[in-house]
Amino acid sequence: MVDIALEPKAARRPIREATRWDLLRANRNWLGFWFMLPAMAFLILFLAYPLGLGVWISFTDARIGRPGHFIGTENYEWLWDDSIFWLSVFNTLLYTTIASAIKFAIGLYLALLLNENMPFKAMLRALVLIPFIVPTVLSALAFWWIFDSQFSIISWSLKQMGLITENINFLGDVTWARICVIFANIWRGVPFVAITLLAGLQTVSPSLYEAATLDGATSWQRFRFITYPLLTPIIAVVMTFSVLFTFTDFQLIWAMTRGGPVNATHLMATLSYQRAIIGGTLGEGAAISNAMIPFLLAAIMVSWFGLQRRKWQQGENND
Amino acid sequence: MSSVQIRDVRKSFGNFEVLHGVSIPIEDGEFVVLVGPSGCGKSTLLRMLAGLENITSGTISIGDRVVNNVQPKERDIAMVFQNYALYPHMTVADNMGFSLKLRGARADEISNGVKRAAEILALTPLLDRYPRQLSGGQRQRVAMGRAIVRDPQVFLFDEPLSNLDAKLRVAMRTEIKELHQRLRTTTVYVTHDQIEAMTMADKIVVMHDGVVEQMGTPLELYDTPANQFVAGFIGSPAMNFLKGKVKSNGSAGFEGPNGVKLPLASAPANSDGQPAVYGVRPEHFTIADDGAEAEIVVVEPTGSETQVFAKLGGEQVVAVFRERHQFNPGDKIRLKPDPTLVHLFDETTGKRLNA
Repeated sequence: MVDIALEPKAARRPIREATRWDLLRANRNWLGFWFMLPAMAFLILFLAYPLGLGVWISFTDARIGRPGHFIGTENYEWLWDDSIFWLSVFNTLLYTTIASAIKFAIGLYLALLLNENMPFKAMLRALVLIPFIVPTVLSALAFWWIFDSQFSIISWSLKQMGLITENINFLGDVTWARICVIFANIWRGVPFVAITLLAGLQTVSPSLYEAATLDGATSWQRFRFITYPLLTPIIAVVMTFSVLFTFTDFQLIWAMTRGGPVNATHLMATLSYQRAIIGGTLGEGAAISNAMIPFLLAAIMVSWFGLQRRKWQQGENND
Repeated sequence: MSSVQIRDVRKSFGNFEVLHGVSIPIEDGEFVVLVGPSGCGKSTLLRMLAGLENITSGTISIGDRVVNNVQPKERDIAMVFQNYALYPHMTVADNMGFSLKLRGARADEISNGVKRAAEILALTPLLDRYPRQLSGGQRQRVAMGRAIVRDPQVFLFDEPLSNLDAKLRVAMRTEIKELHQRLRTTTVYVTHDQIEAMTMADKIVVMHDGVVEQMGTPLELYDTPANQFVAGFIGSPAMNFLKGKVKSNGSAGFEGPNGVKLPLASAPANSDGQPAVYGVRPEHFTIADDGAEAEIVVVEPTGSETQVFAKLGGEQVVAVFRERHQFNPGDKIRLKPDPTLVHLFDETTGKRLNA
């Protein structure tokens, strides 16, 4: 039997040494490179190249329609002495800090609420998402009307109730304007925070809460010792994104106030646009944009270290 | 430690009643196992005992206190969950000390309590690890440690071994039993595995479709099952059931399928010709010349014993022999049930007919 089985084998093709090409074809890294190529091309073309160009332009005196000459750090020196630029930095920080903090608080509250068993849960979850799916410009326009100096529904309602006699000049007053744009940003940003945190909450096993209940935890203690620690990784991700989005916000402000009144709501992004595109001084606008980079890097660094896998997430899974 | 009384407890989810009036007395220090197939309501009953589900009607008392409306944390019970429910972000020591911490115990009280429990369960070298870094059996022990630290009145176990592999399950079974013998804390243990129930329990409660089928010591249930369900559920390989008629004209006997004659020590009164189910455990068959003829289908040796599957009157039965016979498939053998050890059940109600 052995002889019969062996005989046809001898007739087989001789075994060929693998060539370099064969090895390359079987190499998983080579395959991986090809899979990465489209994404890399996209990132280089639409992110790295514009970023590099922006940095280059900030060192020139380019204006619209005229290629610039290299002028070193003159644009930055100029900005250093520009009080409007510093005002926009202050505005951006104020806007980001307050809006992000409130978005986190409301988002977490909503997420906890929507995680409870209650009637119409699915419908409420869908409702929460509405601000997120309305195009930003449309919601900004709606807010623009809501806060209009003459036709504001808020002023009208308050007047009907007899609480005020004069219209409130929402977008014409420095403090009110800041409150209004922050409010609009919060309204728009809460769903993202709420839904993401809700997704995080749903990964927490219910039996942990039952175990904690039997261990004697009150509902506050369950939040403090179980929910919150288990949610920290996702909170870090969500808040990083939220801060980045808020810091670079442009649409809402531009549609509602264009940076006014007297630059009180100018963020760095809107100021950059105003100087570069409206004013035509591309170099200066680019410099303002680039001034955001250190802040954004700082935010990313914070989350990078915040996101380092915690000790309890590490280790072998021996199941 | 204290006794637990479950009196006529019912549970409905909406209009659907899952427990139809269950009463179980549990004595102080007793190890009670609730066993039954999935969906019989045993886990629900345990969760009601823990206070995680409310009680539709009836009463549950722990010690002398009715706990129907007592918050879970006030009931002084500890529970070991099927998935262990260890807090993933806490070390083993923190997991075990969590209840003491919530109770506001001092740091040294907590660490002493944790240390004592860790010694009992041989967890001392693992106290600084996180649950992720532990094996299944170690996690299981931490979950028990968390319960021990509390020094509760009652331990509740909800299928604690079903996530472990077979070998570990056997080892942990012994460990839990040993722990109970040491601590003597009243324990209620839920499982669907009748072997776990048999090996661990002081008292087994067999549940089926929301009612208690039978309650008793493991051997009581094994030797005198109250009905056909308990007879089939307890014991492995399961009891053989053969349908037929009781014969009590002259000497007692049983006419099985296709007229197979089976022995009966004594027939119930006025039962001649009554249709019934004849039950015989696999190990109560012997090979005898006056036995019923059967044809061997499959032989499964396990070393200590041999399981023989055979056709008896057209029905497949299983017999277990500790002695080593030379059997081959297709062989004809004569199987004789031990008449003093057979069971007789009513064909329709399933109730036990013989004493």
